[in-house]
Amino acid sequence: MSISRKDVEHIAKLARIELSERELATFEKDLSDVLNFVGKLNEVDTASAAPLTGGTDLINSMRKDAPDARFILENADPAEVAELVKAAPVRKDGYIKVRSVF
Amino acid sequence: MELRDLTIRTIAEGMRKKTFSAEEVVSAYCATIRRKDAGLHCYLEVFEEYALNEARRLDGSVDAFSDLPPLWGAPIAIKDNMLLEGMHASSASKVLEPYVASYDATAVSRLKKAGAIIIGRTNMDEFAMGSSTENSVCGPTKNPHDPARVPGGSSGGSAAAVAADLAVAALGSDTGGSIRQPASFCGVVGLKPTYGAVSRFGLMAMASSLDQIGPLAKNVDDARLLFDAIKGGDEYDATAVADAPRPDVAGERLRIGLPREYFGAGLDDDIKAVVMGAVKKLELLGHSVKEISLPMSEYALATYYIIMPAEVSANLARYDGIRYGHSAQNAETLFDVYAKSRAEGFGAETKRRVMLGTYILSHGYYDAYYLKAQKVRRRIQDDFRRAFEGVDCIVGPTSPTPAFAFGERTADPLKMYLADIYTVAVNLAGLPALSQNAGFVERGDSRLPVGIQTIAPWFGEERIFSIAGQLERELI
Repeated sequence: MSISRKDVEHIAKLARIELSERELATFEKDLSDVLNFVGKLNEVDTASAAPLTGGTDLINSMRKDAPDARFILENADPAEVAELVKAAPVRKDGYIKVRSVF
Repeated sequence: MELRDLTIRTIAEGMRKKTFSAEEVVSAYCATIRRKDAGLHCYLEVFEEYALNEARRLDGSVDAFSDLPPLWGAPIAIKDNMLLEGMHASSASKVLEPYVASYDATAVSRLKKAGAIIIGRTNMDEFAMGSSTENSVCGPTKNPHDPARVPGGSSGGSAAAVAADLAVAALGSDTGGSIRQPASFCGVVGLKPTYGAVSRFGLMAMASSLDQIGPLAKNVDDARLLFDAIKGGDEYDATAVADAPRPDVAGERLRIGLPREYFGAGLDDDIKAVVMGAVKKLELLGHSVKEISLPMSEYALATYYIIMPAEVSANLARYDGIRYGHSAQNAETLFDVYAKSRAEGFGAETKRRVMLGTYILSHGYYDAYYLKAQKVRRRIQDDFRRAFEGVDCIVGPTSPTPAFAFGERTADPLKMYLADIYTVAVNLAGLPALSQNAGFVERGDSRLPVGIQTIAPWFGEERIFSIAGQLERELI
């Protein structure tokens, strides 16, 4: 299975990564190589195999279905909130600033 | 105080007997790091001031304890993908260059509670993607046994730091072999715990169904002390289990299986000889050895290279240039903020895997790749389940070769991926496995360590420590 330059451009758009001309050419080859390699799995009979969807089959550990006081907005420590917002590259008035969506 | 002779246990004993203080131990490690790490590059940052302050705090409270916690005063390094509150953490990526952790990873806070001192953050392949540390944005770590060779990866900085006495022990993370393979290349002990044995909270997610944090240490006893300190359930990680059924440390005589698929083509002859020499010693101790088959082994790497990038592409979507980390300066639109920030922030291998994962999960290909791989993953797990009906543990080489030279595999991603051929199946099946040194091989003028891997049934870490400890006593 090999993929085309157009496929690579489409995937880059979905993945939100701007690629250079050189990267587009490299990935066209690299991704095709890996897809050829993993094509080996078609040899395996999986008709009766249930997909293993996670790292474990153990039952999820559930916590009580009740609000945790620490995570209620009114209880938040303003200094802690300010510290988290400070991690954002662009800020205004204590909020994270982003470009308009449309 | 000779750092070469120190272990977690002897440090804690020294503190108990007041032979030396935590401050003296931390100072000695910091001095050695200053002297040796410019050449090796194990650390991305040494928390010298923080570690010395912690040491003084511990020294001041020694008398408050009737029995000191097990890791008391031990200077321990953490891989750069785990969080220590208030400290920079970057996963060796440009995208997280400006990031400061706002909380402690559960494994890190448990180390601290047990008296350990976090001495610095170690180099790694970017976002734990690689087998050599050559994918670090900060440049590679060198192997202490031969500086022209890689330390393995992705936890290469942690393994090399322990091997070079720049930390008494370290934490790493293992998604497809990232603790065991560098442990093998650097001649130290590395444990990948059972999936769910250690909380992943505060570990930067790579492939969530495969990632586990584990110890790198100088001996099996120290690896066990670290594992006991960090294991257990955690309300912040729903996959971390507190009380899973644990298999017994089966009687004195264990049945050891040698998978024929782990000793076939591709394995260096002298590596095989060293591993078989260690197996012989286990036999002489009274354990029985038999050949077994894990017929799905040849499909493990291909399965891994579907499941892992799929999860990577989802997990790394969070690095968007909006909430934290690197953000492109010249972006006009919101789409450009994402696309340019990620283009500038991610290295080549990270981009390759995000692209691959995005393709695999995209419309029309999900069933052919991802669902198929999940089914094969089930069959790989069944393989091990069947094998463990006839044996108590499985033993083989950790890596088909010793440490390779810089640049030897960077041109061909598939060739680099083969470094994980004996380790990935363990992650896919969620099993625990430990690599320890079994001996050395010659390459040119260098004497390079060879790792032997012991795999046990789910939550069988105690069985691994038992047999690995016995082997260690025979080999020293």
